[in-house]
Amino acid sequence: MYPENLFYTKDHEWLRLEGEEAVVGITDFAQKQLGDIIYVDLPQVGKTLEAHQTLGSVESVKSVSDIYSPVSGEVIEVNSELAQTPDLINRDPYGQGWLVRLKIKDKDELNNLMKAAEYEKYLEGLEH
Amino acid sequence: MKKTRLNAVHNKSGARMVEFAGFEMPLEYRGIVEEHLAVRTRAGLFDVSHMGEIIVEGPEALDCVQYLTPNDAGRLAPGQVQYTALTTPEGTFVDDMLVYCLSKPDRYLLVVNAANTEKDYDWVKEQSARFKVFVANLSDQYSQLALQGPLAEEILQPLTDIDLKQMKSFTFACGKVAGIDCLVSRTGYTGEDGFEIYTLSENPDVIWKAIIEEGTPRGLLPVGLGARDTLRLEAKLMLYGNDISEKTTVLEADLKWIVKFQKGDFLGKAALEKQLQEGLKRKLVGFEMVDKGIARPHYPVFVDDRQVSEVCSGTFGPYVKKAIGLVYLPIEYTEIGTEFEVGIRDRRLKAKVVPTPFYKREKK
Repeated sequence: MYPENLFYTKDHEWLRLEGEEAVVGITDFAQKQLGDIIYVDLPQVGKTLEAHQTLGSVESVKSVSDIYSPVSGEVIEVNSELAQTPDLINRDPYGQGWLVRLKIKDKDELNNLMKAAEYEKYLEGLEH
Repeated sequence: MKKTRLNAVHNKSGARMVEFAGFEMPLEYRGIVEEHLAVRTRAGLFDVSHMGEIIVEGPEALDCVQYLTPNDAGRLAPGQVQYTALTTPEGTFVDDMLVYCLSKPDRYLLVVNAANTEKDYDWVKEQSARFKVFVANLSDQYSQLALQGPLAEEILQPLTDIDLKQMKSFTFACGKVAGIDCLVSRTGYTGEDGFEIYTLSENPDVIWKAIIEEGTPRGLLPVGLGARDTLRLEAKLMLYGNDISEKTTVLEADLKWIVKFQKGDFLGKAALEKQLQEGLKRKLVGFEMVDKGIARPHYPVFVDDRQVSEVCSGTFGPYVKKAIGLVYLPIEYTEIGTEFEVGIRDRRLKAKVVPTPFYKREKK
């Protein structure tokens, strides 16, 4: 459930590195916690974000949750499909349910993120 | 934390469990939206054993119930059920509840909210001191299952000797369900047709499993408290603590239909009469969001840039597919179509007063 090729945050975002760019979404754990997603709030293309800055929010029937940018960078694309079909996040959190694409400012920040095995361990800690 | 007798069944089925009113209860099994839609279109099965059951028994039981409640329990024949409230002398809610007439005039069952069971029991005992009645809290003995949805009758009928076709809304009968002694009423908290099944048996899981087995081929799902809340809100059924409380009167809650001033004296009567005479200053209304966003409980509500109250209930209605809610507004802003604002996180989003219920099932 936690792909090896991704980076993870403690707030349950994932990041996929594609050259100098990063695709960001929320993890399977996060979408399960939220349940049926109704609205997604995403930033404007061109916005620059600091690491940990609020990138947007995801709202489900049950609750609303802020999404934080895993790294610093500029938003170069947002997943416009989500406006019509926000439940793509529930159905395919690592694929069609991606949120934004960033132009990464400083790749060193990736060192602050978790790998799949670490994230899984982190989740185990949360469940106990 | 208390557990219902069905706790093991829920855990085995992989339900996500939460604490509610001191009980470990299922929040959801498959997901709120899926469960919600199952109840609207097919059927859903709920464990609501956390609800409280209080018996009022004795030669003056009817007099006692009449004194405690604003609705006219005198109209109930044995086998009939009524929605009503326990009112304070101020005309506010100790609780809202169902009254079952087991025997007239000497035996009544009050079904109350789980979070209020102890408070209600103490209240009823205290207020009933001047009547020849015996009050018993049987909440720990009773299990309650709710089978709700358009297919409820056809799913339950093969499992019971009660003739469900003959059973009208807000009536009940005693009989066997899956071989177990039960009281079955045609009532619910979803806006759908359906039944609530009460049993003193220590094995309500037998009933649960039989209904699941009978209903699954027809698309029945077990349903948790998450969808129970969205279902009841679409149908504009009150949730104690959110929409009604000891700070809101029955009239402000727009429940005048459960107040029968002609029936004789009852707790809160004078206060309610006075309020009716002077006119309401505020009223509970339904609203939907005009802007994109979901109003949730306690979000601030503004008219003309001034905060006037906060959201009582608010969620996304999975069947009506709108963000809906209930709020007390100053009476001059309660007309249908009136726009106001809800503070949703760092923004103020537009909402408007709409007719309720948000959802009403089509009569057959």
